[in-house]
Amino acid sequence: MTHSVSNLTLKVWRQNGPADKGQFETHVIESITDEASFLEMLDVLNERLIGENKEAIVFDHDCREGICGTCSLMINGQAHGPQRGSTTCQLHMRSFKDDDTIVIEPWRANAFPIIKDLMVDRAAFDRIVESGGFITSPTGGAPDANLIPVPKPVADAAMDAAACIGCGACVAACPNSAANLFVGAKITHLNLLPQGQAERYKRAEAMVDKMDEHFGSCTNHGECSAACPKEISLDVIALMNKDYRSAKFKNRKQLSRK
Amino acid sequence: MTMLQDRPTDTKLISKVPDGALADKWDNFKANAKLVNPSNKRKFKIIVVGTGLAGASAAASLAELGYRVDAFTFHDSPRRAHSIAAQGGINAAKNYQGDGDSVSRLFTDTIKGGDFRSREGNVYRLAQVSVNIIDQMVAQGVPFAREYGGLLDNRSFGGAQVSRTFYARGQTGQQLLLGAYQQLSRQIGLGGVRLFNRCELVDIVVIDGRAAGIVTRDLLTGELTSHAAHAVVLATGGYGNAYYLSTNAMNCNVTAAWRAHQRGAYFANPCYTQIHPTCIPQADETQSKLTLMSESLRNDGRVWVPKNFDENRAAHEIPEQDRDYFLERLYPAYGNLAPRDISSRAAKRLVDKGLGVGPLKNGVYLDFAEAIGRLGRPVVEERYGNLFEMYERIAGENPYDQPMRIYPATHYTMGGLWVDYELQTTIPGLYAAGEANFSDHGTNRLGASALMQGLADGYFVLPYTISNGLAPLLNKTVPGTDHPEFKRVETEAKVRFQGYLNVKGTRSPDYFHRELGKLIWDYCGMERDRNGLEKALTEIPALYSEFKTDLRVTGTGEGINQTLEKAGRVDDFFQLGTLMCKDALTREESAGGHFRVEYQTEEGEAVRDDENFCHVAAWEWTGDENNATRHEEQLTFETAQLATRSYK
Ligand SMILES: Cc1cc2nc3c(=O)[nH]c(=O)nc-3n(C[C@H](O)[C@H](O)[C@H](O)COP(=O)(O)OP(=O)(O)OC[C@H]3O[C@@H](n4cnc5c(N)ncnc54)[C@H](O)[C@@H]3O)c2cc1C
Ligand code: SF4
Ligand code: FES
Repeated sequence: MTHSVSNLTLKVWRQNGPADKGQFETHVIESITDEASFLEMLDVLNERLIGENKEAIVFDHDCREGICGTCSLMINGQAHGPQRGSTTCQLHMRSFKDDDTIVIEPWRANAFPIIKDLMVDRAAFDRIVESGGFITSPTGGAPDANLIPVPKPVADAAMDAAACIGCGACVAACPNSAANLFVGAKITHLNLLPQGQAERYKRAEAMVDKMDEHFGSCTNHGECSAACPKEISLDVIALMNKDYRSAKFKNRKQLSRK
Repeated sequence: MTMLQDRPTDTKLISKVPDGALADKWDNFKANAKLVNPSNKRKFKIIVVGTGLAGASAAASLAELGYRVDAFTFHDSPRRAHSIAAQGGINAAKNYQGDGDSVSRLFTDTIKGGDFRSREGNVYRLAQVSVNIIDQMVAQGVPFAREYGGLLDNRSFGGAQVSRTFYARGQTGQQLLLGAYQQLSRQIGLGGVRLFNRCELVDIVVIDGRAAGIVTRDLLTGELTSHAAHAVVLATGGYGNAYYLSTNAMNCNVTAAWRAHQRGAYFANPCYTQIHPTCIPQADETQSKLTLMSESLRNDGRVWVPKNFDENRAAHEIPEQDRDYFLERLYPAYGNLAPRDISSRAAKRLVDKGLGVGPLKNGVYLDFAEAIGRLGRPVVEERYGNLFEMYERIAGENPYDQPMRIYPATHYTMGGLWVDYELQTTIPGLYAAGEANFSDHGTNRLGASALMQGLADGYFVLPYTISNGLAPLLNKTVPGTDHPEFKRVETEAKVRFQGYLNVKGTRSPDYFHRELGKLIWDYCGMERDRNGLEKALTEIPALYSEFKTDLRVTGTGEGINQTLEKAGRVDDFFQLGTLMCKDALTREESAGGHFRVEYQTEEGEAVRDDENFCHVAAWEWTGDENNATRHEEQLTFETAQLATRSYK
C-alpha cells in the first residue's frame, strides 16, 4: 500500500549566480507519496514552478542511485539529509512526517563556490586527483593481472576506501571545510595496494599540498565521516597523515643527499 | 562461410574487416596500420567527447601516445559518467578459474548471445583484447575481488557457463571508471589533455566530407563555441532514456550521436534495445528512473511467481508446490542465468497473465532463502550486502527476510552509430566508441560485456585505428574554427536553443519526455508488432508537433538552465524514437532483444529470418525524421555456426 506525506513546508535556497546574495524561498507541498525520493519531490515542485512560469530550482543530480556523487544538498542542516550512510538521491519521503518543515541548502564551503541555487562547483576535488591521485601505468605495459597477488584483507581495505563517490559531503559537514576524508580515502585506496607503492610518498605529498591550497585544515571533529554516504572511516585520515609525514621526512633526506 | 543473402552491402558500409583467419585479423591490422611517429603526434589534435569508460580510456591513452587531446563532458567531473553505475562486473577470457574458458569461447558466447546479428571480426577482437583490459585495470589499482590466496576472483553471469566475470563488490563500474578517470587525470595534470567540463556537444561540423570539429554549449554560461580537430571521437553513451523510465542516469541522452547522424553518420539498428530482467518495479507516478539490481544476484537468487492467480499469502508462507520457478522450469540448462532478453520476456508474460507480485502486481520474486540456507547469511552478505541495502532503501523491504521484487526495465542500447572495424563512422574522421556505437553485441548484449567493450574500444582499439586514419594527414592543413562552416553551425545551434525558449507554450520538457517514453515503451519495448509500431509512427509525430507548439521553457539562454538543456535532449529523443519504431517495423523477424510478436515459435521463442535479415540496418538522415533511408551491411559468418539460440 502506498502512503503519502502531507503539508510539507520547504525552505529552498535560491541564488541567481555566484555573485548574488541569495535567499530562502518557501513552498508548500500539499501531499506527496512516501515512495517518492527526495529528488522526485523536487522534480514535482519544479514541474509546478514551470507551470507557474517560474524558473525551476537548479540542483545537481544524475544516477539517482547513490553512486555517481553528483547530488548534494544540506537538508535541515545535515549533508545528504537525515538517513545515515546514504546520498540525497537515496532518501525517500517516508523519512519525513506530515507538517514537517524542510530547509534545503547547497553545500557551503569556500572551495565549493555556489553556481546557482543548490548547485556548487566541486572542481577542486579534480585538481587534487590530478596532482597525484593515480598510479602511473600507461596503457599497454601492464603485466598479467595475477602476477600481482593482493592479500584479500588488503584488497578489501583498499576497496573500502575506494568506495568514496567524491560528493563533497565531508567538506560540507566539516566546520573548517576540510577535505581530509576525501583525500585520505584516495590516498588510502592507492597506498595500501602493492601497485601503488612506487609512488606512495610522492602521491601523499602532492595530494596533501594541493588540498591545502583549496581547503581548510582538519581539527578532528569527525563530522565528515558521520556525514559520509559511504561511511568512509576516519582511519583513512590517519594513514594519510602518516604517509605525508614520512614523505616530508624522506624527501628531506633525499634533498640532503644531493 | 555462411552467406545467406545475395543482397549487396551498401558502398558506404564497407566494414574494412582485415583479411586472414579470424584469430589473425587484428594482428594483421596492427601489422599493416600506418603509424604516426612520436614527434609528429603533437601535431595532431583529437577531440574526445565523453569521459565514461570508453572516452576516459581513449583520451588518456591517446594523450600518453603524444596526441593533443581535448576531452568534453557535460558532467561537472569526468568521474560522474554513467559508467560509474555499473554494478555487476566485467568479462574477460582469462580462464583463471580453469573452467574451460578461452578467447574463442567468449567470442562464441557473444555471437550467440547477440543472436547472430553482430560482426564476427569485431567480436573476435573484443574477446582477444579482453584479457589486456584486466591487466591494465589491475595495474591502475582497481581493487577487484580477490580469493584468500590473493589471486583474482570470478563469478558467472547470464548467457555463459564459465566464470569469467571480474568484479569489485557491487561497484565494478565505479572502480573501473575511477581507474580510467585517474589515468585521465594524470594526463590532465601533465597538460596532455585539456578538460572541458559542464560543456555539451550540440553539433558536429563536417567540411568537405570530413569531421572538422564540434560546436559546444557551456552549460554554465550558455555560450556556444567551436572546436576544430583532426579527428573526433564520440564516446557519449547509450540512448536508453528515450524510454523515459530506464536504469540509465537521468542525464544520459542521444544528442551527440543524433547530431552526428544528422550530419551524415548512419545510425545502425536503433531498435536493438536491451531490457534488463532484474530491476525494482515502478512504485508510483512520480518515479523518475528505475533502479537495476545487478544480474549477479541471479547466481544465487531464484526467480519465481505464485502458481495461483488469487494468491494473497506473504511470500514465505507460500509452500513450494504453489510456486513456479519459471526460469528453472523453462530453461533447465541455464536456469536462473538464462540471458537477459529471454528472462525478461518470461517475466513479462507471467505478469501480463496476472501472476505478478507486490502491491501493484507488477513484479516477480527473486528469492535468496535457499542461498541463505545453503551458504549462510554471512556469505550472502559478503557477496550482495550492498545490493541488499540498496534494495531496502528504495523498496522499504528487507531481502534477507522476504524475496526481492523485480521486473524488467530498459537498460542498454545495442544500436548506435554505425562504425567499421576501425570504429570510424560513415563520416571520415568521426569515430564512435563504447555504448554510442553499434558494433559488438548484435541484438542482445551479455551481462558484464559493456564495460569490456567500452574499455576495449578506448584502450586497445582506437589508439591503433586513429593513428592509421591520421597518418595520411601529416603536414596537411585542416580547417580551423575560422572556417565559415563553424560559424554557420554555431548560428544554427543558437537558433535552435532560442527556438525552445520562444515557443512559450504550456508543457514542460519533462512532460513530453514522459509521454514520448510511454509510447516507445508500449510499442517498441519488450515486444513489438506491426500494428503497434504503425500506431507509434503516427502518435509520435503527433506528440512531436505538440512539442513544437506547446513547449514551455522558463528562464533564459544565458547562465545555467537545466530546463533548456532538457528541451534539446527531448527534441532529439523524438526524432530517434521515430527511427527506432521504423527500424523495428522494417525488421520482420525476432532476434534477441528485438522480439516481434508475429515471429515466434509455439513456445514463444524468437524466430530469426536469416534469409532476409542477416544484416545490419543502417539509416541515413534525409532531412526529415519520418523519411530516413535504410541501408544494409550484410553479415557473414566464417566461424560461428548460424543456429537457433537455445538455452534449454
Ligand atoms: C545501472 C547499470 C548497470 C550496469 N551494469 C553493467 C555491468 O555490470 N557490466 C557491464 O558490462 N555493463 C553494465 N552496464 C552498462 C555499462 O555501464 C554502459 O554500457 C557503459 O558504462 C557505457 O560506457 P560509455 O563510456 O560508452 O558511456 P558513459 O559512461 O555513459 O559516458 C558517456 C559520457 O559522454 C558524455 N556525454 C554524452 N553526451 C554528451 C554531449 N552531448 N556532450 C558532452 N558530453 C557528452 C557524458 O558526460 C559522459 O561522460 C550497466 C548499465 C547500467 C545503466
Ligand atoms: S569521503 Fe564520503 S563524503 Fe567525502 S567525498 Fe567521499 S563519499 Fe563523499
Ligand atoms: S544522483 Fe548520483 S549519487 Fe545521488
